[in-house]
Amino acid sequence: MEETSVQPTHVHAPPQGFLWKHVFSLDHKVIGKQYYALALVAVFTGMFLSWLMRFHLVWPNTPIPGLQFLSKVGAPGGLITPEYYLSLLTMHGTLMVFFVLTNAPFAAFGNYFLPIQIGAEDMAFPRFNMMSFWTTFLAFLVLMLAFFIPDGPPISGWTAYAPLSAVGGDAGPGLAWGQNLWAISIAIFCAGSLLGALNFIATTIDLRAKGMTFMRMPICTWAWFITSCIALLAFAVLLPACILLILDRTAGTSFFIPSGLVVSDHLQPHSGGSPLLWQHLFWFFGHPEVYIAILPAAGIVSHILINSMRKPLLSAKVIIYSMMSIGFLSYMVWGHHMFLSGMNPASGLAFSFPTLTITIPATIITLIWIGSLYGANLRMDSASLFALGFISMFVTGGVSGFFLAQPSLDIYLHGTYFVVGHFHMVMGVAALFGVFAATYFWFGKMTGHMMNETLGKVHFWLTFIGTYCIFMPFHYLGLVGNIRRYSSFVNDFMGPLMPLHKFITIAALCTGAAQFIFLFNLVYSRFKGPKAPDNPWQGTTLEWTVPSPPPWNNFGDTHPIVYHDPYQYGVKGSKGDFIMQDSPEQATGGVAG
Amino acid sequence: MSTTHPSVVGEPPALISTPVAALARANARASSAAEASHSGVWVAIFAITMSFVAFTSALFVREGASGDWTHLTLPTILYWNTLTLFAASATFELSRHAIFVGREFRSASARSGSGWLLLTLALGLLFVAGQFAAWRQLSSQGLYLATSPNSSFFYVLTVAHALHVLGGMLALGWLVRQRLGGQPLRRRSFESTSIYWHFMAVLWLYLLIVLRTKL
Ligand code: HEM
Ligand SMILES: [Cu+2]
Repeated sequence: MEETSVQPTHVHAPPQGFLWKHVFSLDHKVIGKQYYALALVAVFTGMFLSWLMRFHLVWPNTPIPGLQFLSKVGAPGGLITPEYYLSLLTMHGTLMVFFVLTNAPFAAFGNYFLPIQIGAEDMAFPRFNMMSFWTTFLAFLVLMLAFFIPDGPPISGWTAYAPLSAVGGDAGPGLAWGQNLWAISIAIFCAGSLLGALNFIATTIDLRAKGMTFMRMPICTWAWFITSCIALLAFAVLLPACILLILDRTAGTSFFIPSGLVVSDHLQPHSGGSPLLWQHLFWFFGHPEVYIAILPAAGIVSHILINSMRKPLLSAKVIIYSMMSIGFLSYMVWGHHMFLSGMNPASGLAFSFPTLTITIPATIITLIWIGSLYGANLRMDSASLFALGFISMFVTGGVSGFFLAQPSLDIYLHGTYFVVGHFHMVMGVAALFGVFAATYFWFGKMTGHMMNETLGKVHFWLTFIGTYCIFMPFHYLGLVGNIRRYSSFVNDFMGPLMPLHKFITIAALCTGAAQFIFLFNLVYSRFKGPKAPDNPWQGTTLEWTVPSPPPWNNFGDTHPIVYHDPYQYGVKGSKGDFIMQDSPEQATGGVAG
Repeated sequence: MSTTHPSVVGEPPALISTPVAALARANARASSAAEASHSGVWVAIFAITMSFVAFTSALFVREGASGDWTHLTLPTILYWNTLTLFAASATFELSRHAIFVGREFRSASARSGSGWLLLTLALGLLFVAGQFAAWRQLSSQGLYLATSPNSSFFYVLTVAHALHVLGGMLALGWLVRQRLGGQPLRRRSFESTSIYWHFMAVLWLYLLIVLRTKL
């Protein structure tokens, strides 16, 4: 009983003209690349800001030539003021967490490969997909605008704790229009991410090719799917929180600002708000957000390792179930960021338990990786090196999480560099290693050209050693009591730590410089790299059945049919030791290794 | 994971390209895109619910946080608006009946049900106008957005809901346009709109209870 008519053959027509092909494209592959490019701009901007901060921390009296042109007030004569240090810190954190760690592993690679890996022609809602990218892009522009207003960027950090973030210009530079731009930008970002998550979920549920059951989806597809479920809930909470923040700032409401607050000798015209409310709403988003950053990377790394080991993991299913339980538990632990916020100590304990519980699935995943790697004959290319690097970072950063999860220890560690070390390792660097691995692995598919392996390996070793040199000492600094979010340690009890800080700064400058090798490799290979075959790594999943780069409708006029679990490696197939998902042939040999 | 997994048997790879096969594929593709609009709307409802859960838990925390929580008498027009919105749900169902039930809809009456759809749209508009009247009434009593935490939450919740209703009316308007233009209507997009539209009524009922008991 359906009204039918002549239906269009394709989700959307082949694009015509430069503008529709490359700018306002509906093609999920172009949109994925756009997200990647945006993340690339954001990550280099963010890195540059971190250079400025590290430089200032150890050479506070050496002017940085030209910086006064970025902000006359914030960096008079090229010297960063304490307030401007906090502005740089805020922008660094916001760019990295939102525009890099959310965009690159999830939105960029998810957009590009999720539809192909499930055998779909495009996302379920291509128009929404285009809108989510351009919304995100707008959010980026709004955020960056903060650098160019007289007030400068806000100083309240990426977590924008109220009441500092809510009271307005009285409280310091950047808190008038800078903070407004921040809140508006994040609200727009939420809208874009919600649209994106909706698209991912609908696509995975409805557009899987024939034979592609849920359990036949590659692990990274699963990771993107689970991540989009997490993102849907997380951003649906951050958006209302930002709206309330904007209202407090611009409409005179008192959601987050308490009574009788005096700032710079001004009694604030607000009453009865709850600063803790902001923290609850923010961390209800914020903790799941860290898994939005890490789960896609974990999925990508599993996908790559299986391919370069040429054998399945001990159990892909257990990894998927563990990811699901991480997603579920991630909604019960937000209070571990608030042990020191003055909330009821009993709730501190209540948040400590699920936090320790969440380490169980995380450990299971890690053990599966390590157990599968044991004795495996790994192909050592840039992609697998970065995948191994990911595991290393994830473990190193995860271990410090066990300490932070206990309120009694966290009371000491909370305000120190220990936390900074923890989250840079486990979230920042680990997720970026996932992105690097994915780039080396899939670049050929995405552009039709292979990346240079030698440069890739040099890039890996410099980055791997460099990040350990930067972030391991952070833990030590934290244990000694070095507080975070301060612009200077020269004239107080932390003076003796200066040599270590200098070491970190030099490591940061060098590791950052090494990223230009990657950038060069990216640009050079895009034009001059050797031509990529369709299946350079002898992979089994559907992205390797299409040309490199795939045509606009992915599978041309055919629709793939899936016959197998995703990872048929170590078997005797007609093409080698693997059987592709869309090949009807049966495996005859057993598992090798 | 076992590598010798039983495979789908007897499915020839879809490589042969005959006109018939192409048509079959086209239909399969279009119907799965419409499927997606169906699950898309449920996912959207899930996210919207979560947002309103966030707003309401903020309300609870804010109420407990300090002593400036007062009482606010809801404008009576809200109850009339409730009736209007539920009537709009009913007329939507009547349009479904007119379009899909008991009639050969590929016949001359391709425009059937557009009257009910238009009425639904009008009732939706009436609801939003009614909410607007409620805001006017409150502000004439000197209760603005920033006056008290109660009035803040009143405006935030009702405006957020009204915006979502307007979103639903866009989808409705699109259905009406298709209907009046005599274009074929896809069952699934109709269903998706109806799910969303009824959700708006349910969400409003929930909000009314919250406003009534908490403000
Ligand atoms: C082994 C599991 C983990 C445990 C038990 C854990 C525990 C914690 C705790 C208790 C804190 C709060 C510390 C404080 O502020 O005083 C924290 C902070 C943080 N964690 Fe984790 N964590 C774990 C894994 C992760 C992962 C996988 C990520 C990211 C992918 C992550 C990212 C962060 C971030 C970003 C912060 C600090 C945010 C800020 O204050 O600016 N953590 N972690
Ligand atoms: Cu956390």
